[in-house]
Amino acid sequence: MSKRKAKGASKPIGECISQLQKCLRERLCHNRIPSQLEASEAQHKHLLGLLQRTANNGESNSVLIIGPRGSGKTALLKCVLRDLLQEKEVQKNLLQVHLNGLLQTDDRIALKEITRQLNLENVVGDKVFGSFAENLVFLLEALKKGDRSTTRPVLFVLDEFDLFAHHKNQTLLYNLLDVSQSAQAPVAVVGLTCRLDVLELLEKRVKSRFSHRQIHLLSTLSFTQYLEQVASQLSLPDDFPDREFALDWNSSMRRFCEDKSVEGILQRHFNSSKDFCSLHMLLMLCLSRISTVNPTIKPADILEASRLCFSDAKSNMLHGLSILELCLVIAMKHLNDVYEGEPFNFQMVHNEFKKFLQRKSSSVYNFEQPVVMKAFEHLQQLELIRPVDGSSAKTQREYQLMNLALDSSQIIEALHKYPQCPTDIKQWGMSAFG
Amino acid sequence: MSSSPLPPPLQQQRHPGYEEERLRRVAEQLPCREVQAGMLLSLMGEPQQYSLPCIFIYGHRASGKSYVVNVLLKELELPHATISCAECITAALLFEQVLLALFGGDAAATLPRYPSLSDFVRIYRHHRSRAPAEQTRYIVLEKAELLRDMDANLLSVLVRLQELVEDNLTVLLLSELVWDTFRPNTGCLEPLPLHFPDYTKAELHQILSRDRHPSYSADLYASYIHILLGIFYAVCRDLRELRHLAALNFTKFCEPVTEGKAKESDTHKLWRNIEPHLKKAMQTVYLREVSSLEWEKMQQVETETGPLRGLSAHTHVELPFYSKFLLIAAYLASYNPARTDKRFFVKHHGKIKKTKFLKKNEKTSNHLLGPKPFPLDRLLAIFYSVVDSRVAPTASIFSQISSLVTLQLLTQVSHVDQLDAPKYKCAVSMDFICAVSRTVNFDIIKYLYDFL
Repeated sequence: MSKRKAKGASKPIGECISQLQKCLRERLCHNRIPSQLEASEAQHKHLLGLLQRTANNGESNSVLIIGPRGSGKTALLKCVLRDLLQEKEVQKNLLQVHLNGLLQTDDRIALKEITRQLNLENVVGDKVFGSFAENLVFLLEALKKGDRSTTRPVLFVLDEFDLFAHHKNQTLLYNLLDVSQSAQAPVAVVGLTCRLDVLELLEKRVKSRFSHRQIHLLSTLSFTQYLEQVASQLSLPDDFPDREFALDWNSSMRRFCEDKSVEGILQRHFNSSKDFCSLHMLLMLCLSRISTVNPTIKPADILEASRLCFSDAKSNMLHGLSILELCLVIAMKHLNDVYEGEPFNFQMVHNEFKKFLQRKSSSVYNFEQPVVMKAFEHLQQLELIRPVDGSSAKTQREYQLMNLALDSSQIIEALHKYPQCPTDIKQWGMSAFG
Repeated sequence: MSSSPLPPPLQQQRHPGYEEERLRRVAEQLPCREVQAGMLLSLMGEPQQYSLPCIFIYGHRASGKSYVVNVLLKELELPHATISCAECITAALLFEQVLLALFGGDAAATLPRYPSLSDFVRIYRHHRSRAPAEQTRYIVLEKAELLRDMDANLLSVLVRLQELVEDNLTVLLLSELVWDTFRPNTGCLEPLPLHFPDYTKAELHQILSRDRHPSYSADLYASYIHILLGIFYAVCRDLRELRHLAALNFTKFCEPVTEGKAKESDTHKLWRNIEPHLKKAMQTVYLREVSSLEWEKMQQVETETGPLRGLSAHTHVELPFYSKFLLIAAYLASYNPARTDKRFFVKHHGKIKKTKFLKKNEKTSNHLLGPKPFPLDRLLAIFYSVVDSRVAPTASIFSQISSLVTLQLLTQVSHVDQLDAPKYKCAVSMDFICAVSRTVNFDIIKYLYDFL
């Protein structure tokens, strides 16, 4: 970077890197709303139109946004809201209530939250309501007496919509959708969910009040678009403090994305998952390696990052087992091979292990049964073996039936990687039958 | 994780935003974990920058997960809350701890009596808007696997807490289990998994050698650790357990030196002296059959050199005479197939074809599959034939059966309210029953089908 240092006008490299980290981290970790969504233009238009009609014309609506995790449901909604709030009139009028199925776990909590978000705590005061519906209607009624003669429109956003369907009698959903159907206050209900079968969860009376408007976000991203996404995620915006650095960086990122090996790695990621969360994680790992010592992302960085992302957690854990525990895992694998996946108990495993020891006639691994039992229990703690459901607590520990939660390929991989694995154990593990 | 042979030291150039001096102090405290600490630091970025919403750190017990995280956060003085999920048995306690550590007592006091997740997030947001984060806040949750048993949504909320409270916040989950066992049914935001590999043998040696005794040379302690690892490494890689064992047995190791029987350089002699002790330790202290205190006492006394006292507490149970036979009968009933009773207990059992009788395969061995339930009648029938004298089926016999159940030597399989023909199972081990039958001069092996 001697070229950079020569130019006195630009900022020092450390500061630039720091700015770069700040900018990109906000994008990758904090999910800053992108300026526009290329992939879901149509959906964006659809939703925006819908909400505009509620905000401006006082029309009630309900809509579900459905898509797998990480497909950009929240991003879409945020984008739409940002565009919507650019209108002065809407900004003044529209009330928003954000509920999350994870947080508002029952309808009582949800109602309290609605009251709070509508700033109606004072109005409600100590009033006692006979029913949920009465309470909700009162809340909406209260909004009518706002500063304007007409009622202010309310936007209800229900994140994790499917969880609301598990509330008792689905009271909240019923009432919200009922209000949106009848000509009371103008209300828009937007539900976000990752469950495609969410409508099946709704009771008949709730379902019939829903408008059946659904926006599906199924990723139709092609690989070239995916690559463009990567490039745009990594490029610096125009308002970056140091123009020159930004230009340098952007051109280096363009070169980076055209690299053949990088493309190969990204292709592999694309094939396994298209969602943005996993992509962000990969890029974040690359980004974290940037420092003044290493000022650009090199293909080696992404290779390392993808190795981290793809590394198999269970093989990693197998790597840290003691020899004895590894022997037990191998014995279990053999039992699984012989008895075609039938559950086993400790005695069988120990017997299998003893048979191996007899063949070897070496006393190195001759451990007392309780020591072996302790190793076995450690495996159970690590949930590498799992007790069979329904095997009661009454059975002795030695005879409790277990299932192996490992694949034979994972065991073989672990055997290859195991540090200083004794040859006889390795061979025993590799042989098809013990 | 280590691609390069030499781990990069924690330098300010790589981790800007932190003082060089502090980084040096951190590095000193974290031997053999430089790669992981560096990785974590670079993911955290500068204090004021955003980091990932959630990082999932997994690795075996005592691989330095909590230690590395805590040293980093403490030494670099970052705002953080460290919570052990084993302590916080309810979500309410957890919320209180988080708010207390991040915003002080006032915030924690505003929590209602039975706070819901909604309350927690609301209060957090309230305080966050009062005191915006200048530096990334960290919530560290140790033993995160216990979160799965708490409120259903708790884990999903914690994973995306950054988004829900709109704060510069990172949640670090520490666990011994892999993330696959955490994932809720409908999924949630995926955290970044970060693996802390186990210490290698050399690293263990290096770390254990650090806490040497000041009155002995470093070499002596290092050679002691070498012997210790030689015996225990195949069984146990838990640093804490090894450290405990090392501390417990060191005085014994030094005995020849202090008594003047051997010099410090006499490694072979010292090894011969300590090896049987360590092997004994594996069967006792390591299994928690005796406490550390008892073990130390045992080492001091050490006069009778007889065989290891039956270490398992079970072998010392004293039972009445008939109870012993009842237990033997129960064992036989549990582990022998009913059809073989005739062969074992009837005097003139007629002809049984030996080949047919002996035909059995390993798969059906009851000592592998476990005890089978048997009815009371069968137990009594076997009991009468194994006891030499004539016994009347009195109430005393039956009450002994129920006391065996209370002692958990037998378990009742059938429902408790089923009064006629209750079924039992024998719940003792082979070693135990052999010990019991030896006290009444009964050769149980001869009566066991599996050992014929």
